[in-house]
Amino acid sequence: MPDSMTAAVSAPRGPESGAGGGLRRLARRRSTIAFLMTLPLICVIVGLVAYPAVYAVYLSTLNRRMDEFAGLLQFEILVDNETFWLVVWQSCLFAISAVLAKALIGFWLAHMLHHIPTKGQRKWRGMLLIPWVIPPALSTLGWWWMYDPTYSSLNWILAIFAVPAVPWLGEPWWARISVILVNVWYGAPFFMIMYLAALKSVPEQLYEAAAIDGATSWQRLRHITLPMMQNIISITVLFSLIVTFANYDIVRVLTNGGPRDLTHVFATYAFQVGILSGNIPRGAAVSLFMLPALAVFAYFILRGVNRRNREMA
Amino acid sequence: MSENVNATSCNDVSLPRRAALLGGAATALTAPAVFGQPTTNIRCGFWDHWVPAGNDALRRLCAQWGERNRATVGVDFITSVGNQNLLTIAAQAQSRSGHDILSFPAWEPAVHARMLVNVDDVMGRLTAKYGAVTPAAEYLGKQDGRWVAIPAVSGTQMKPACVRIDLMQQHAGIDIRAMWPAENRAGPGADTWNWETFAVAAEKCNRAGFAFGLPMGSFTDAVDWVGALFASYGANVMDERGGITVRGNAKLRAAVEMCVRIARQLPNDVWAWDDASNNRALISGRSALVFNPPSAWVSARRDQPAVGAQCWTVPVPSGPEGRFVGYLPYFWGIWNFSRVQGPAKELLEFLSDRASAEVQTNTSAGYDIPPFLSMNDFPVWANEGPPVGTVFNYPIKAHHNARTSVAFAPAPPAMAVQAYNQALNTKLIARIAQANETVDQALGWLERELNTIRRGG
Repeated sequence: MPDSMTAAVSAPRGPESGAGGGLRRLARRRSTIAFLMTLPLICVIVGLVAYPAVYAVYLSTLNRRMDEFAGLLQFEILVDNETFWLVVWQSCLFAISAVLAKALIGFWLAHMLHHIPTKGQRKWRGMLLIPWVIPPALSTLGWWWMYDPTYSSLNWILAIFAVPAVPWLGEPWWARISVILVNVWYGAPFFMIMYLAALKSVPEQLYEAAAIDGATSWQRLRHITLPMMQNIISITVLFSLIVTFANYDIVRVLTNGGPRDLTHVFATYAFQVGILSGNIPRGAAVSLFMLPALAVFAYFILRGVNRRNREMA
Repeated sequence: MSENVNATSCNDVSLPRRAALLGGAATALTAPAVFGQPTTNIRCGFWDHWVPAGNDALRRLCAQWGERNRATVGVDFITSVGNQNLLTIAAQAQSRSGHDILSFPAWEPAVHARMLVNVDDVMGRLTAKYGAVTPAAEYLGKQDGRWVAIPAVSGTQMKPACVRIDLMQQHAGIDIRAMWPAENRAGPGADTWNWETFAVAAEKCNRAGFAFGLPMGSFTDAVDWVGALFASYGANVMDERGGITVRGNAKLRAAVEMCVRIARQLPNDVWAWDDASNNRALISGRSALVFNPPSAWVSARRDQPAVGAQCWTVPVPSGPEGRFVGYLPYFWGIWNFSRVQGPAKELLEFLSDRASAEVQTNTSAGYDIPPFLSMNDFPVWANEGPPVGTVFNYPIKAHHNARTSVAFAPAPPAMAVQAYNQALNTKLIARIAQANETVDQALGWLERELNTIRRGG
């Protein structure tokens, strides 16, 4: 804080005391200024995050007609429904496998890029980021054309090699793999860029010292790179897990949850139940179901990050 | 508009709503209307038609009505792509603000019945003039004994069979054009056009490499044709009171077995088809039959004229309980928070009259079907081509002996809408034909799903 401000804040009450003086003093306080500067953000969070979340909780406690309080009835019905548990399982499979694949591919790509000379690196970095910067609804449509039952370009290529056509979106396991693949294609560049930034921040001296000690490349990775990147890996995985769990557009465009609900995730199922079927309270209950699971994930991951930060400090 | 209606609009809503809000309600209510200026402002949100000219027809008709009645009719066209129209309806229902008149897809009038203005008076006048509306429209639009929305012309479609004349003749030995000519009579063999004949033809065409293009996913085309088949077997899964009728239902079992038999003759990816996949199957020349409104043929005529020239629309096959055709209507409803309810009713009555209906049907190349059975004789269906008369049998004619069907009727719409949108009927078939479950296992699953729907009310 500049000295002048310190002096102003700690100055004794002068002739300007009173209501006007009080306001001026309030305005000079750092906390007040900070609050005013963050007020727009607070308004956005309250308006677009907190209010909808609270409203969703309220909606989930109503009956279908939304004219009576129904307590936890919507949650009870969901817990008894086998399709819902299929959605839970599918959402976990989708999110966990996609995040794992994105993390591994992102890590590998980051390493490859890190070892390319700076001049060429920029070009590759830009190209590899393309999937991530295209709006997902558009890129998913492109994938859908490739999977399309009648005009699939993938099947056209397979046909050249006399391989029978694959029902990419019509057979349950192919459909699951297809939606996960698109999510990985879209999300891996995010991991890559985060890991690349983390790799660049690892001090070169550590690798030099390890080389002098005769460490193999696996040992360098195991004992230097991974520990130094651990916080970034944790935060990236957490962030991606939340976004992937809440994914909507990929499944909606590619399979609409089919075949036989075997590719539904929370968001698409909530939309189907809430908006399409006119049961908004149950749709809200479906979407709220992922909240506790994600909260648990977030708690453990952030606790690990804090613990490591304390240790490093 | 009659003098009486003019008086209503002037007393109730002498100024546009926004002007009233800006100027103060008291001032606005007593402000004199300036002679010659529009005094009523109606905001309409209509469905954005697949056929671009369809929007122009509605825009013109609204402008025409507005000029005659000194009203400003604002028209927005809301797409159903990405369910934008459903999201708009949900948002306006939650916020109790928005358009005065809105286009509601099939199930939405039932979902929002309590927020929609009673239009019994309009429907009373229209039915007195044009006779009864098709029963499926009544099932969806009349809730608790009152009409909550008016069955619309624009956007309403049926899903009869669009058949490739050449392929059906060559591979199944059926002269479909002779069977269902573009005349008000049935041709030779029309009485044999049932699901049994259909299943045999499906098998023969599949063997020849031209499998029928019948979707089995969760989109409306899939749910509607399976719903029509079930209806023709009298296979209800829920009764009018919401009672589940799955257990021990011989008619349902017969319908399921027939549907599974047909499904086994379809391409192996139909479980993921959407509402455009069947169109593509027909247009690409790979399919001998689809269930679709004339939009598939219109696209074929444009993109593959040789295929388009071989398409012929015929009624859906019949079953033991009759012939049913999938029906997917739109409705025009008036929100109860609208401040121009009287003029809005007048506008909708105007849009529903025979002349306006014919304009809408003509501009959509016969796609739009009026809800009144007496209007199924517009010349457009006889004149469209090539081949001329290809969509003659698109609307229901007396000699079809057919009725419109909505999947999961006669269940209470509040429950049927959930079963419909979750595509329980196609998933039932998929469990047997794709996942190799037994019929009993699949029916057990259906019963549990229906119980879940019923529990929520």
